[in-house]
Amino acid sequence: MYNEKVMDHFQNPRNAGEMLKPSGVGEVGNMKCGDIMKIFIKVENDHIVDINFLTFGCGAAIASSSVLTEMVKGKTLDEAMAVTNMDVANQLGGLPEAKLHCSNLAADALHKAIADYRSKNLSA
Amino acid sequence: MKRIYLDHGATTPLHPEVLEAMLPYFGQVFGNPSSVHSFGREARRALDESREKTALALGAAPEEIIFTSGGTEANNLAIQGVAEALSARGRHLITSAVEHHAVLDTVKALGKRGYAVTLLPVDGCGMVNPGDLKQAIRDDTVLVSVMTANNEIGTVQPIEDLARICRERGVYFHTDAVQAIGNIPLNLKEWPVDLLSLSAHKFYGPKGVGALFVRRGTKLAKLAFGGGQERKMRPGTENLPGIVGLAKAIELAVTDIPARSTSMAALRDHLIASLMEQIEKVRLNGHPVQRLPGNVNVSVSYVEGESLLLDLDLKGIAASSGSACTSGSLEASHVLMACGLDHQTAHGSLRLTLGHGNTLEEVDYTVATLKESVARLRGMSSLYKSYRREVDKSRHAGEETICITKK
Ligand SMILES: Cc1ncc(COP(=O)(O)O)c(C=O)c1O
Ligand SMILES: [Zn+2]
Repeated sequence: MYNEKVMDHFQNPRNAGEMLKPSGVGEVGNMKCGDIMKIFIKVENDHIVDINFLTFGCGAAIASSSVLTEMVKGKTLDEAMAVTNMDVANQLGGLPEAKLHCSNLAADALHKAIADYRSKNLSA
Repeated sequence: MKRIYLDHGATTPLHPEVLEAMLPYFGQVFGNPSSVHSFGREARRALDESREKTALALGAAPEEIIFTSGGTEANNLAIQGVAEALSARGRHLITSAVEHHAVLDTVKALGKRGYAVTLLPVDGCGMVNPGDLKQAIRDDTVLVSVMTANNEIGTVQPIEDLARICRERGVYFHTDAVQAIGNIPLNLKEWPVDLLSLSAHKFYGPKGVGALFVRRGTKLAKLAFGGGQERKMRPGTENLPGIVGLAKAIELAVTDIPARSTSMAALRDHLIASLMEQIEKVRLNGHPVQRLPGNVNVSVSYVEGESLLLDLDLKGIAASSGSACTSGSLEASHVLMACGLDHQTAHGSLRLTLGHGNTLEEVDYTVATLKESVARLRGMSSLYKSYRREVDKSRHAGEETICITKK
């Protein structure tokens, strides 16, 4: 059902866990479709210097959260804002069709975290 | 890697004696049962004997058995067949909210073709209330269909009571007994059931073959047109190897049910108790007692079912789940929702269905593996973190009040 890369991220998730003093937090998903993702970012000089995720969800949800954290760590906020859910799925080498819409929301959570950071740091 | 199969609700392995019984019909006995010559006659003999064996196992007469391609076709034939045969008399159908899709979607399809449909609710354990059925029957009700035992949560319905109510009101009663055969004793001489569906691959027989019991005198219209096989109710050259396999499988399945289901239920109860003891926040879905001997269905809070299945599969353990993420339809199980579960609890559901080959060691290994997986997945679940925070908060609050009372 899932390819090797997805299974690798599912079995060995990168950057899983809670961040203590995040610069921004974003959460997406709802209970009905069954996947909830939370992304924590630490921002310095407009760059994402650290990133963590917590995900309640299926294999696709966990793997897409994990791979996203790898994709954007070290990137500028604008670069990270340009990453789409589709980019995440492509980075995983593809996801089953049924998983593309409901379980592949990690980029949305990231964008919310960035928006959260920016709203708290309007003067910066 | 050693593999453990705990998905007997999905399908069962073929019993070696069933395979042995079938083999000649893939080889030397290849005739068409409808042919007059000796090749046809020996095939006909096997077909007749299979029908007799199947009938005997159910307490039915041979002419009351129609072989089909499985449980799905048997359910379709029963429901659409009765609805059409009695359409002049009435157009109201009753079924339960927890049926297999082969029943539920058939009834719903008739609903779109001008039939009125009543879905009986179930209680928190998945049980239909006979009182609800009494109230639902109308003058134009032609068929009630309630499954004998549920495929997801294993709840066994009060079929004799439900069937008796229908008999008294002159309404046909159909039951999908696909999950029940071989697990609970059932005798059609005593049960006032008019139609009953079964499927061989759920009781160690082959896939793609099933049967519909149709009590003598029951009005039924056929769904497909062609030859005159199966008393003109189900045209097409018979799947003889499959039918021979079904007959052998049902003969074995109904032998010694009380003894075999008692020992399986003991293993089931051990599995349930171990899960509840060793993993926090686990809830049993379905009925505590009126339950298939091999069915365990639990919801593990704060984790999602598909990720549990993947972890188990990586360790060689086969299970299933009612989570939306496993359904393809992106909807959580209609059975769990009908039992009143919230979405989160339904998404965390895990079904483990035992078979005759499973051992205590396998069950204990499964519990240990599951415990590890739950800990791993909860470690990255935001829902679990929030839950722990709440627990810690109330614990601190508790400490504070203790301090205050000390003062
Ligand atoms: C209760 C129930 N009814 C019907 C079916 C369908 O049977 P079959 O696979 O033989 O079509 C199943 C199998 O999943 C079932 O569990
Ligand atoms: Zn999902």
